[in-house]
Amino acid sequence: MENYNPSGTAGPLTGVRVIEWGSLVSAPFCGKALGELGADVIKIEPPGKGEEGRYRGPYPDNVPHPEKSGLFLFANLNKRGITLDVGTDSGRRILGQLLETADVLLENQSLSLVEETGLDYESLKGEYPRLVVISISPYGRTGPYRGYRGTDLTANAMSGLSFGTGHRHREPLTTPLHQASYLAGVGAAFATIIALLGRDMTGRGQSVDVAEAQVIGTLLTGYHLPTYIYRGVAGFRSGNRMRLGLFPNCVLPCRDGYICIDAPQMAQYQRFLDLLGDQEWMENPRYRDRRAMSDQYPEEAESLISPWFMERTKQEILEACLAHRIPCVPVYTFEETLGDPQLTSRDYFKEVSSDTAGTFRVPGPPYRLQKTAARLVRAAPSIGQHNQEILGRELGLGGDAMEKLRADQVI
Amino acid sequence: MTNEKTESNNLLPLSRYRVVDFGTAWAGPMAAQLLADLGAQVIKVESRARMDGLRLGRPIAGDDVAGGDRGLWPELQPVFHGINRNKLSVTLNLKTDEGLGLVRELLAGSDVALNNYSPGVLDRLGLGYEEMRALRPDIILVSMPALGETGPLREVLAYAPIIQALSGLMSVVGYSGDEPLVGELQAPWSDVVAAIHAALATVAALYHRNRTGQGQFIEVAQLEATTSMLGEAFLETQMTGMSPGPQGNYSAGGAPHNNYPCAEPDRWVAIAVTSEEEWQAFCGVLGNPAWTAGEMFATMAARLANLEELDAHVREWTRAHSSREITELLQGQGIAAMPVMNIEDQFLDPHLRERQAYLEVEHPHAGIEWVYGMPWLLGSTPGGMRSHAPLLGEHNEYVLTELLGIAAAEVTRLQESEVIY
Repeated sequence: MENYNPSGTAGPLTGVRVIEWGSLVSAPFCGKALGELGADVIKIEPPGKGEEGRYRGPYPDNVPHPEKSGLFLFANLNKRGITLDVGTDSGRRILGQLLETADVLLENQSLSLVEETGLDYESLKGEYPRLVVISISPYGRTGPYRGYRGTDLTANAMSGLSFGTGHRHREPLTTPLHQASYLAGVGAAFATIIALLGRDMTGRGQSVDVAEAQVIGTLLTGYHLPTYIYRGVAGFRSGNRMRLGLFPNCVLPCRDGYICIDAPQMAQYQRFLDLLGDQEWMENPRYRDRRAMSDQYPEEAESLISPWFMERTKQEILEACLAHRIPCVPVYTFEETLGDPQLTSRDYFKEVSSDTAGTFRVPGPPYRLQKTAARLVRAAPSIGQHNQEILGRELGLGGDAMEKLRADQVI
Repeated sequence: MTNEKTESNNLLPLSRYRVVDFGTAWAGPMAAQLLADLGAQVIKVESRARMDGLRLGRPIAGDDVAGGDRGLWPELQPVFHGINRNKLSVTLNLKTDEGLGLVRELLAGSDVALNNYSPGVLDRLGLGYEEMRALRPDIILVSMPALGETGPLREVLAYAPIIQALSGLMSVVGYSGDEPLVGELQAPWSDVVAAIHAALATVAALYHRNRTGQGQFIEVAQLEATTSMLGEAFLETQMTGMSPGPQGNYSAGGAPHNNYPCAEPDRWVAIAVTSEEEWQAFCGVLGNPAWTAGEMFATMAARLANLEELDAHVREWTRAHSSREITELLQGQGIAAMPVMNIEDQFLDPHLRERQAYLEVEHPHAGIEWVYGMPWLLGSTPGGMRSHAPLLGEHNEYVLTELLGIAAAEVTRLQESEVIY
């Protein structure tokens, strides 16, 4: 395991303890971010099978295995893991002991499960007045849909982002690869620190309610509201082109894949036309009005520039556009991004080894803090990996007690 | 202001901090907005010599005007009003030595400086981290370059779609089969992703500074922020030897799992069935038609292997109902479903309304308008809307006279010499 922070400086959240009761993506990714920043994150999983993320791939050679899920291994870096059945009295009691030592409880369980187990903020605040309780859910913990079931797909549907994504003649497309959940996880990490700073002022914890649909619905699609109010446009799909922009702002095929061009400044567009060479259409006033080209006849406008791309490879296009300072780049596959010279020169991907799944490169933490560098010091835990260390050594449960918990399948 | 509760009993968790916001367009200004919403005093430094380009974006409130009419246009851009609410504006001309001197005075009394300039710009202004630290030893400087302050592509002028293309994300936004790639998400994804990461790093650094007295320099490259949320795809590439292709709306976690057409034109409903119990309940809502009992759909694995046939059957049912009707029927049986909402649906939705996803604000020139609300709801220190986005230079007097202690006559001279501009 490569240490991302070789000088060993303390992270900014050193001394903060987080109990993560999370599954799949949103809460685990929030826990990962807090762990990178120095918090001691203890992950609780159901005994035996572990959490749901272990049952989503990808897996090495596509062979499912709960200790080899790429999704799980990535979203759970920098944590310790224990198993605990919080639905049993003894499991709930042990969780209570852990909460005594904790600053934050982080969960993305269903509302009904949280309420049944008494792990909602209202039930906890009397006994743990300094505890910050972070809940992440598809639609949020207040409002008429608070009990509704949801996934990343349905959260994207409510967020307004799906409606505009996709080809006009096809169904709307969700944001792929659990992106709503990851984004909510990062936002929840921000809100966690806000709540800790608030606690420094008031001496008390608080609840934090993060809805995946609302994070996107405000920060990403909220800007569509003025277009609706002032122009009456509620949204439409415009496929491979950004709507209401200046031509060219689109994704187009080239000889060996796709490119993306976004050149709003007139000077950029002029340099692009210079690169294309002396063609008659460029003089035509119909092809000088870039707003009309984007809004009214984009297919026609794209057909004029497409041949230049189709004759060239991604790499040729990148080199030509770099040389002429035109914002136009290849649409990289993930394999290409892994080998991208820009990211490579910045040592961005980090090697992580897991005993079960092998050694892989993962994206590093994107915040480069000069004095308190983010850490990548621990692979994702296997099921119950730190039961003895945390429950035995740190909480002081004896051998007999541990044995009984195991026999009762509490851990 | 609509949110009276916010005004009466809201303790603002960042009220102790002053932030100098050099941001332009989206990523930088939104990072500063996330801090301003929670009480930081954010001072936006701009000038007529170097205006935030978003002030001249579209649409504008009221009648559109011809390009080049700069009269009131900088005050009428509602998107700018969302991203810059709760901030103060001071217009200091950084092309003058005196303007730079005033910025230095401002930085000396500030906790955080935030920018999304291209690499090297701050250094050329003489405002690099070492220079800032000389003014204010514990300052936190946050830089948000597009692709990084170093590296062979550091000079590329990259907007959100360009960053999404380089991250790999764009390559999976599309349909399976022969459809041309979609690629584009209709929102500045990378800007927002970078803004949240930068805000997170900033408050983490403040938390650290409160305990140690130590400030620091933080770099958040927008490309790296976008890439940091795509780990599962990089692992799939390495674990299987294949880069993931366009994802459609499918999930390994179950089927049916798609956006399905409803009775109304161009209306859709998202449905996600992720377990055997949910599948049984789903079949029940449909009235257990004969096709659901077929071998092709008997197990989750079978359903995942026969997605096209499955979706064709589901579409037949969804086309007969409205998206709201389907949502209520399925949610009544514990199945994840939601109308695919456009901004009108969101604006009118009772759930989002109760959670104040959109807020009313009065702007001196635009009148009553709506901007997006808080993305996260904190129980006892929620923050919220305190003031409209600033007019250009609206707080010059406060910043120069009250904060920097400059005499009124001197302010007049600075205005006349276009230092305050």
